[in-house]
Amino acid sequence: MFHIYCPYCEELREEEEFHPKGEAHIVRPKDPEACTDEEWGDYLFFRDNPRGIHHELWVHAVGCRKFFNVTRNTVTYEILETYKIGERPTVTAEHLAGGDKQGNVQVASGGQQTVGASGAAVASVKGERA
Amino acid sequence: MSKSLKQPNRLKEGGRIDRSRKLSFTFNGQRYQGHAGDTLASALLANGVDIVNRSFKYSRPRGIVAAGAEEPNALIQLGSTEAAQVPNVRATQQALFDGLVARSTNGWPNVQHDLMGWVGKVGGRFMPPGFYYKTFMAPASMWMTYEKYIRKSAGLGRSPMERDPDSYDHLNQHCDLLVIGAGPAGLAAALTAARSGARVILADEQEEMGGSLLDSRELVDNQPAAQWAERVLKELAGLDNVTLLARTTANGYHDHHFVTLHERRTEHLGETAPLVNGHRPSRSRMHRVRAGQVLLATGAHERPLVYGNNDLPGNLLAGAVSTYIRRYGVVPGHKLVLSTSNDYAYRAALDWLDAGREVVAIVDARPAPNGEWVEQARARGIRIIEGAAVLEAKGASRVNGARVATIDAGAFKVTGQAETLDCDTIASSGGYSPVIHLASHTGARPTWNEEILGFVPSLVKGVHAAGSARGIHDLAAGMADGVAMAAQALEALNRPVQAIELPQVEARREGAACALYQIPHEKPTLRAPKQFVDLQNDVTAAGIELATREGFESIEHVKRYTAMGFGTDQGKLGNINGMAIAARCLNRSIPEVGTTVFRPNYTPVTFGAIVGRHCRELFDPERYTALHQWHVENGAEFEDVGQWKRPWYFPQTVNGKKESMHEAVARECLAVREKVGILDASTLGKIDIQGPDAREFLNRVYTNKWLKLEVGRVRYGLMCKDDGMLMDDGTTSCLGENHFLMTTTTGGAAGVLEWLELWHQTEWPELDVTFTSVTDHWATMTVTGPEARKLLAEITDIDLDRSAFKFMDWREGNVAGVPARVFRISFTGELAYEINVQANYAMHVWKTLFEHGDKYGLTPYGTETMHVLRAEKGFIIAGQDSDGSVTPEDLGMQWAVGYDKPYSWIGKRALSRSDTRRTDRKQLVGLKPKDPTVVLEEGAQIVFDPDHAIPMPMVGHVTSSYYSPTLGSGFALAVVKGGHQRMGETVYLPMADGKTHAAEIVGTIFYDPKGERQNV
Amino acid sequence: MSDSTATRANVYDVRPKTEVPAESPLAWSYHTSGRPSVSQKSRVVLRERAMAGHMILRGGAIVLDEAVRGVLGFGLPARPNTLSLSDDGARSIQWLSPDEWLVIVPGGEEFTLERQLREALGDAHYAIVNVSGGQTLLELEGDKARELLMKSTPYDVHPDAFPVGKGVTTVFAKANLILRRPTETRWELVLRRSFADYCYRWLLDAGAEYAIGVEK
Repeated sequence: MFHIYCPYCEELREEEEFHPKGEAHIVRPKDPEACTDEEWGDYLFFRDNPRGIHHELWVHAVGCRKFFNVTRNTVTYEILETYKIGERPTVTAEHLAGGDKQGNVQVASGGQQTVGASGAAVASVKGERA
Repeated sequence: MSKSLKQPNRLKEGGRIDRSRKLSFTFNGQRYQGHAGDTLASALLANGVDIVNRSFKYSRPRGIVAAGAEEPNALIQLGSTEAAQVPNVRATQQALFDGLVARSTNGWPNVQHDLMGWVGKVGGRFMPPGFYYKTFMAPASMWMTYEKYIRKSAGLGRSPMERDPDSYDHLNQHCDLLVIGAGPAGLAAALTAARSGARVILADEQEEMGGSLLDSRELVDNQPAAQWAERVLKELAGLDNVTLLARTTANGYHDHHFVTLHERRTEHLGETAPLVNGHRPSRSRMHRVRAGQVLLATGAHERPLVYGNNDLPGNLLAGAVSTYIRRYGVVPGHKLVLSTSNDYAYRAALDWLDAGREVVAIVDARPAPNGEWVEQARARGIRIIEGAAVLEAKGASRVNGARVATIDAGAFKVTGQAETLDCDTIASSGGYSPVIHLASHTGARPTWNEEILGFVPSLVKGVHAAGSARGIHDLAAGMADGVAMAAQALEALNRPVQAIELPQVEARREGAACALYQIPHEKPTLRAPKQFVDLQNDVTAAGIELATREGFESIEHVKRYTAMGFGTDQGKLGNINGMAIAARCLNRSIPEVGTTVFRPNYTPVTFGAIVGRHCRELFDPERYTALHQWHVENGAEFEDVGQWKRPWYFPQTVNGKKESMHEAVARECLAVREKVGILDASTLGKIDIQGPDAREFLNRVYTNKWLKLEVGRVRYGLMCKDDGMLMDDGTTSCLGENHFLMTTTTGGAAGVLEWLELWHQTEWPELDVTFTSVTDHWATMTVTGPEARKLLAEITDIDLDRSAFKFMDWREGNVAGVPARVFRISFTGELAYEINVQANYAMHVWKTLFEHGDKYGLTPYGTETMHVLRAEKGFIIAGQDSDGSVTPEDLGMQWAVGYDKPYSWIGKRALSRSDTRRTDRKQLVGLKPKDPTVVLEEGAQIVFDPDHAIPMPMVGHVTSSYYSPTLGSGFALAVVKGGHQRMGETVYLPMADGKTHAAEIVGTIFYDPKGERQNV
Repeated sequence: MSDSTATRANVYDVRPKTEVPAESPLAWSYHTSGRPSVSQKSRVVLRERAMAGHMILRGGAIVLDEAVRGVLGFGLPARPNTLSLSDDGARSIQWLSPDEWLVIVPGGEEFTLERQLREALGDAHYAIVNVSGGQTLLELEGDKARELLMKSTPYDVHPDAFPVGKGVTTVFAKANLILRRPTETRWELVLRRSFADYCYRWLLDAGAEYAIGVEK
């Protein structure tokens, strides 16, 4: 049972009040019709499953009904930060890998999908909006 | 006179029991007497009961070994009646009450004469791990037969077969600091935190708080240690910021300091909760604690030594001997041999001597022990055999001797000639294992501490351990550690620390302990008398040795091969010994072998406490509409739709006989087709959408077009996920230029609202639009059938003329004097009006409709009739005819897809993927069974060729199937591969009973294909 | 009644002009589960404030605050998860989310209030939704009220964590509700209509050991 800080309610709430909604920062390509089938498939179906730092989308379903992001360590289940939609994480795997590296934390892609995604798909998906 | 006869092992004085209160109880049908303050275990020992159970696998006689949660043998079945049965209670944790009835959980036909005993004796050597499976597997078909008898003689306890008369509940707790364990470290920690003003919960699993202070030989402030505990507890009890929970076990440590505490509230009072003010309080309670910080002061479990026949009744832990003598005034035998690796265990011999009984010898594995208590024992004339250990216990149903010899523990060899000592009790101590279970639940791996010869907990952020729980066994040091760790926790909470003055404890010189686990025997382990490691699961040293020989090298594999530390035991006594033996066999060190993972629950938790009040009528929420009472009073049968209770059908009594569902549905269907019916449609999800960008938003989330929908009009829409698969459907009405009312399926309501919010909040925050659920605000009544207009006209001021109020229009006005919005939409294919009123007035409107409806044959109908009618029209149910893998095109609903809408709406791109363009996708079609009396089974698989060899290629399945009273036949909707191109073809449905049905693929609309009836 | 064709939103008085029987969401519950009477032993007392006007306000805090001050005479609560109350306590506004508030007023005031607010708000971006038929309000008092709540909700109801003036949407048994504490001694539960019976039965069951009574 997680204890999650809702950045809108500005307090910790019980996990029962929240729904997890998968990986955060999956941006819908701006021009879907211009995507190849492969690119569109990557956007729809491929997600990271890192051992370590993971950015997740949650919703405070029984509460303020706002969506927000959670940076969570999938090994320890520690929640390192929560932040509003439109904001960027301050704790990332890269940032941890660069400086004070945490034991056993695998460097993930900072929230962008990489597993199975082609370079073109990543390029088309990245950088649209946070 | 008779008293002492009845309790031969009860001391004349001493202990914390109330000798003025006698309690009688029965065990295995025999009546005994004990005292208030006894546990069942102490009372059994007082009465000289040696055998309390038969072992799990070998059916060996077993006695009480321990005095607390770690007891492996004395698992008993409680309860004088069927309803009161409770399995697998540890006799050491069950307070005695008057009239208690207990039985052994094992032993068939009884614990004294056990039929399976011969297997253990005769087959003993030949019952390695996996014995039952290896022996009884062939022929495989007979296992079921064997198993029945094996289970009868082995296994643990049984569940009650009658309804539990007690209730259970949960209490949600929050605190700054949760202290688990009220021994010396826990009390010192709780007091420190309490005086700082923090919200503190102190939980302890025993009947009485105080832990080791309650049976300590040591003095605190020059008084018996228990008095200090009483003083501290009195102060804590008087503080508002402190919650004391005795008889409360911390069972599970979950994420982010969420800890479940199981409080046994009335189990010490009787087998069912006694009445208090005419009410039975809950029997036990689960405290769901969210703590800021947690301090584990869970103490340590003494490790028994592993020697031959160490499971015979009369083998006890040294510490348990002291506990029974000092706390309960019970001395569990007459002639004691103590086998030890350390000083602390000497207290058992000293206590035994103080109790006036004989200590035959102390067998100390160390060459020259010289601690303070060793010297005391010497001074009192106890024989101390140095550098030696008990190799083997002798006896049949109780210890009657101990074979003792000098050993070389390091070389694992017996070095001297064995001598047999005459005794009836062997106490052993191999040291102390910190109770690290809860810390392990957090996922932190414990680390081996060579100094204390035990694993100490690793701690995640916010968890602290103090005292014995982290290997600080000395009393004064443990108390100081409690204060220090509480201060550490308070600092983490940013709270000022108020130091407490520690009591005076006399220092005691203690000699170093030696590492000792399995005692060597003259014979090799595999041939020596059984040396038990895990008594509860009947795991022996030989079993572990065999496991390592068979190639199981990982301790986790050894555990699973042997069952060591399984189930309710969770390795409390045996794990370290088992690891040490595995390490010896594998030629590794204990830290190299590592430990297994301890999992919740620490001790068994009754299902009642887990369930709490969420049972019976309160098992799950039942959602009711505003018309529920009418439905109940008019005999509705109900169907669960999500959490809603919806009328399924309304059986009537015809000629004194209640209609079957089939009859009722046929009558209801015909009433709608021929006259007029009414449905409570209030459960449909309703979302109020406002904002200048509402229309644009709808255009993006629905597949069809919304920009031109006029105020006063209604449109049906399909909603897809971005993979192009149908998610939900419903109608949306334009209430104002910037104002819409969306309806969703009953089951989809919450999901659709969250879906809209997801897209608005994460993708399109620039759109000015809001969504508010009004599902509960509006009650919805569908009046439908050829007579609907005439009926409604009688009670409304709305102009119902077909030119003024067209199909797919909505109007507002009064219905039965209540302001209403009326929508002309149809899910039956007939003329239909959906009346929405504020729910508080719904019953009045509904009843008024019935007052006027008689002459038109107004008939209430339920969801079953609704399904038949909509299916006859080919109207889909999202989630029934679709399953997340079906596109609008698969459903043949291209007419509801706006391919040329400028914005790439949700799902559009996916519809042009190669996979969604396949022509052999499963597509929705109608099925007409060749035999009109057949109603196909929903979910039945479809094949093209019934003569194909099994396995036949399955090409689809039936999604909806009913009998149509209008058509006079069965009919169905189904998905079939390439179905849209297969009209007129015959498909087959092979059934489980061997029959095969044939059906023709037809269009999905079975009734009124042109839609003339709804548009009148 | 309304002018749906002329305005952007359909503003709608859902209350009948004439006397029409109305049923609170708990009507069925009183019928089947009854109302245990309040006695000397009752350490928890339950009371329904039925048929009140419940409105949802959506929009920007600054604009809405000005409008409600003008119309109701008091403003929006300043902090998340708090309430503001009129001087007599009969009207309240509760923060539900950064752009959403719940207004509860005596029954019958809601339509006028909506009209006045819409007038005051003019062209601003906002939404007002009447949800009066979809929920009801229960008051809970007594020295065991807090313990009863602890049995029911994982939210911390200790006075340090739940001071007077607080209000939250949270889990209650297996349902959801809005929990508020308008005064030192009184708790309020805002129940959704369809879950009201379940919550009521839960309260009676969990409150039985405190001899819970229901005022009529």
